[in-house]
Amino acid sequence: MISVQHVSKTFRSGASVTAALQDVSLEVAEGEIFGVIGQSGAGKSTLIRAVNLLERPDSGTVTVAGDELTAMSPAELLRARRKIGMVFQHFNLLAGRTVRGNVELGLEIIGVDGDERRRRALEILDLVGLADKAGSYPAELSGGQKQRVGIARALAGKPKVLLSDEATSALDPETTRSILDLFKRINADLGLTVLLITHEMEVIKRICDSAALIENGRIVEQGRIVSLISTAGSRLAHELFPLGDAPHSAGDTVIDITFSGGSADRPVIAQLARTYGLDVSILGAAIETIGGNQAGRTRLQLPGSPSANLRPIEDLRSQGMLVEIVGE
Amino acid sequence: MIDPSAPDFWSGLFQVLLVGTGQTLYMVGVALLITIIVGLPLGIVLVGTEPGGLFEKLFGSRRLGQVVNKVLEFVVNLGRSVPFIILMVALIPFTRLVVGTFIGPTAAIVPLAVVAIPFFARMVEIAIKEVDTGLIEAAESLGATRWQIVSKVLVPEALSPMILGLSTTVTSIINFSAMVGTVAGGGLGDVAVRYGYQRYSTIHMVAVIIVIFVIVMVLQGLATMLAKRFAHKSRPERAEPTSAALRASATAGSV
Repeated sequence: MISVQHVSKTFRSGASVTAALQDVSLEVAEGEIFGVIGQSGAGKSTLIRAVNLLERPDSGTVTVAGDELTAMSPAELLRARRKIGMVFQHFNLLAGRTVRGNVELGLEIIGVDGDERRRRALEILDLVGLADKAGSYPAELSGGQKQRVGIARALAGKPKVLLSDEATSALDPETTRSILDLFKRINADLGLTVLLITHEMEVIKRICDSAALIENGRIVEQGRIVSLISTAGSRLAHELFPLGDAPHSAGDTVIDITFSGGSADRPVIAQLARTYGLDVSILGAAIETIGGNQAGRTRLQLPGSPSANLRPIEDLRSQGMLVEIVGE
Repeated sequence: MIDPSAPDFWSGLFQVLLVGTGQTLYMVGVALLITIIVGLPLGIVLVGTEPGGLFEKLFGSRRLGQVVNKVLEFVVNLGRSVPFIILMVALIPFTRLVVGTFIGPTAAIVPLAVVAIPFFARMVEIAIKEVDTGLIEAAESLGATRWQIVSKVLVPEALSPMILGLSTTVTSIINFSAMVGTVAGGGLGDVAVRYGYQRYSTIHMVAVIIVIFVIVMVLQGLATMLAKRFAHKSRPERAEPTSAALRASATAGSV
């Protein structure tokens, strides 16, 4: 649905040159929620603005819903943007318009007439749960409500794709969850493809089907979350299930086991203790429900050096579990 | 010398003030209208043609945008820096060209508009610069054309500070309109000079001051009211509910 190919963007301001994006490629499948995570300054904002060409890349191509935006004339681009909704961290609502007026803005731009505009605006406000606020001004709303207006505005033009620029970063945790649930719902109900950028792993965990990690303007890792979890050395998977730095005494073996899908409910520790007579201690664990499946990581300490524990480790791997030896 | 004890003094004063006020309102009103018609687009173009602005590449040419911006900046600065009394006299040939004469209220409109346009354009520029660039970005993401961004986002969102800027502009037009009286432009300034100064009538002078003060106060109040009406700022009691309000909504079970 969204295909970003070899996109680069450099900002020049006087003598300083910043490479915001370096040869970035990204594939977002139809109907999925794709999250790009990275620290501030990593290039996420530039990346999401490159998708609807608010920021024109220096090189590379951007294709959304079959239209190659980077090859379009300015007039064609304006029309193509109407298929791409966008929500912003600071909502960007017009203070002088009511909630309904804000939602109607996009419809006015595409030339929908008055009655139809009003009907559609009220319908979408109902969808985001703000039907009773249609006549209020943004200044009278809470942050979460403002973002719902922002989402309604983005949806009013019936886009195929929704871009979210840190939509929940200015909100408190509870409101964040309700907004994320709204994203999930419109993704499911309207079949909308969502590309979001965030610096919060919570967002990726809660709603994303796929994720990419961006650092210094480069995509370091990307893929579906279920497959990232079972990829050895995946940094995203480590971030999703942070176990921290567990101190261990020399002569012991510390292993991280990643469970996903079918292996999640097996009695691993009991099995190790029974079969090999090992005194297993648990140093840490993180369990999450991702895409409806239980997944998680457990950090175990086994007595003896890694070379002495080769057989039990092999055994776990043969059962389809991802086993990483910490400190190796 | 006018004798205040003469039987027709007060009716004469009233008559003179009425005519003067009428002329002043006429000069100021028409000059203001021209100022808005020319100054508003001028201010928008001034902001737009700046580097990074909406019309940075005017008609597809970055060079043209830069040139237009530089020229307008120069003209606006020139218009704002020349003292009005000099401008008024210097403009006489131009005024004559436009109106056919340089005497009377209609002729006075020309220098008044010329001095007020750059002033108001700056006010518009400042007001529009205050509009959050995020709003422009949001409109762009919805596929808005540049004209739609100007008409649906920039101007409506800058309306409140623009109205306040307009009221400052009117005040200075009124101020300058009195000066126009000295070159026989008519209006309240003319009354003050001819009766108050040349014929030593303090009562005329005071009356003119009062009338001008009332006009400025009324306009200022109107502008403040309109600006507030269009601002839609959050009222503090809504932004941060007081503990009393919180308790009330808690008992109502709606928190």
